[in-house]
Amino acid sequence: MSNPEMIRVRDLRKTYRVGEVDVHALRGVDLDVSRGEFLAVVGPSGSGKSTLFHILGGLAPPTAGEVWIDGVDLRKMGESQRTEMRQKKVGFVFQKYNLLPTLSARDNIALARSIASVPAEPPGFSDTLQLLGIANRLDHKPRALSGGEQQRVAIARALVNQPAILLADEPTGNLDTENSTAVLNLLRGLNQRIGQTILMITHNPEAAAFADRTVTMRDGRIK
Amino acid sequence: MINKLVIENLKYRWVRTLLSALVVGVQVMSILTLVGLSEGLLQESAERSKGTGADIFLKPGTQGTISFNTGQVSEKFVPLVAKQPHVVQAVGVLSQMVELVTAMNGVDFPQFEKISGGFRFLAGGPPSGPDDLLVDDSYARQRNLHIGQTVRLLNHPWRLAGIVQGGKLARFIVPITTLQNLTGNGNRISQILVKLDDPALTDQMVIQLNKTLEGQLRAIPLADLLSQFSINNIPQLQTFIWVITALSVVVGFLVVFLSMYTAVIERTREIGILKALGAKPLTIINMLVREAVVLAMVGCGIGIFLSFIARELVTTFLPASMTVIAVPAWWPRAGAIALAGALLGAIYPGLKAARQDAIEALAYE
Repeated sequence: MSNPEMIRVRDLRKTYRVGEVDVHALRGVDLDVSRGEFLAVVGPSGSGKSTLFHILGGLAPPTAGEVWIDGVDLRKMGESQRTEMRQKKVGFVFQKYNLLPTLSARDNIALARSIASVPAEPPGFSDTLQLLGIANRLDHKPRALSGGEQQRVAIARALVNQPAILLADEPTGNLDTENSTAVLNLLRGLNQRIGQTILMITHNPEAAAFADRTVTMRDGRIK
Repeated sequence: MINKLVIENLKYRWVRTLLSALVVGVQVMSILTLVGLSEGLLQESAERSKGTGADIFLKPGTQGTISFNTGQVSEKFVPLVAKQPHVVQAVGVLSQMVELVTAMNGVDFPQFEKISGGFRFLAGGPPSGPDDLLVDDSYARQRNLHIGQTVRLLNHPWRLAGIVQGGKLARFIVPITTLQNLTGNGNRISQILVKLDDPALTDQMVIQLNKTLEGQLRAIPLADLLSQFSINNIPQLQTFIWVITALSVVVGFLVVFLSMYTAVIERTREIGILKALGAKPLTIINMLVREAVVLAMVGCGIGIFLSFIARELVTTFLPASMTVIAVPAWWPRAGAIALAGALLGAIYPGLKAARQDAIEALAYE
């Protein structure tokens, strides 16, 4: 089946077993995200945002429902296919940056390429680095970079394999206002300049305002 | 890139890396020093046998070529052997272990001089009384001995009559009768040294002596005896080395296991990051295995270096008690042993890391 949307989710359910209790994290999510769209997902803690993020990113399998990413059905994927999907189809940006502390910024980015067996940087990636403002900071290790710089390196790492979607989980959660605005502007710019599809989870309505569209999650559903 | 990550990870936690490699190195050093000590002692024994000047050695028929047993041969064979054609001289020697790996030889000096050409005296002279003792220069230097002083060995007071250049018989040489009485080996000896008028007749004489002695003694040519001085011909030594090797593998396993296990716990979040980037379980195991290999190789290098230091220390402080030689042929083996321990130690932490749930790992603080 070809899918016109970049992300298509139908009646997605996810139930975790915690001890002897079933926790219904997602209770029937329907969502469509167009190619090149910048979508913000907001909602209180425990509403299921992160679970949705993990399933869309192939970090966890759904319990039930349909999930299509760039025309690929996640339900048919085993662990190894989801691992391959994470290499090339999805780029993650985390609240805590999650750079490897032992490697320089350049090597953190190169590692993502190496894991995905992508031999060279994509054309125009140096422009992306310029846009992110880290071109002259690439030889520094994370501890020598500010939070804003680390997050921009994390964005570069997420983009280096030209993923179909960029998943950002509270990308400004650890940043001050100035750096938050800079990172959000960058995401907005990437979306507009290279048409990158972005799904951003945030608590912050001001951050959500940078997106094309905002959906709200509550009790495992999109309202 | 994975190699770079491996090296950077090891450099990042350099104290743990260094300590782990050091412990692996100590194990490698233990193996190399033990083997070097064994080879050194055997080589020294071979040189001492060669130094006697004998062409043929007669040993008990039931005994291995290399043996530490004493007094198994009757002295009555000595005149019998001496009467054989082409035999210039036959000398009975009694051996007795004095210290852990140091032997004392009892011998008739005038007869032995005819075989060996005599000792080279660095101080003093030949023994003149029944309790006179000759020691070699290494032992005299190590114990700071002087001519005329009393040396207590085998619970017997000996007068130091001479200090000789080593390389002939044992480190301690005494009159054979005294040693026989002292050790309860009256009229018994350990072996007979035979000097021929023509060394070219050795093989022929070996056959003849074996025929004459009818299996009661075994004639061994010098060349054969020297070739027998090898670890492979001493099962007890082989077993000992196997035990040390097994212990080294176990210790290497435990050290690398502990190091890798704590590394995996510490790096839970990093493993989560790698998984989020799409690293396969095999990639993560591969990374940890490579770290273990580097630890083993660095440890092996440290161990080889430490083995030279150990050799220098032994040579400097215990020249007469132990002889350690460098054994480069064992370096690859010691490396393989360190590697085996390290790889075993990396398996469980590697599997644990590979099985780590990515979401839980990313949430790890």
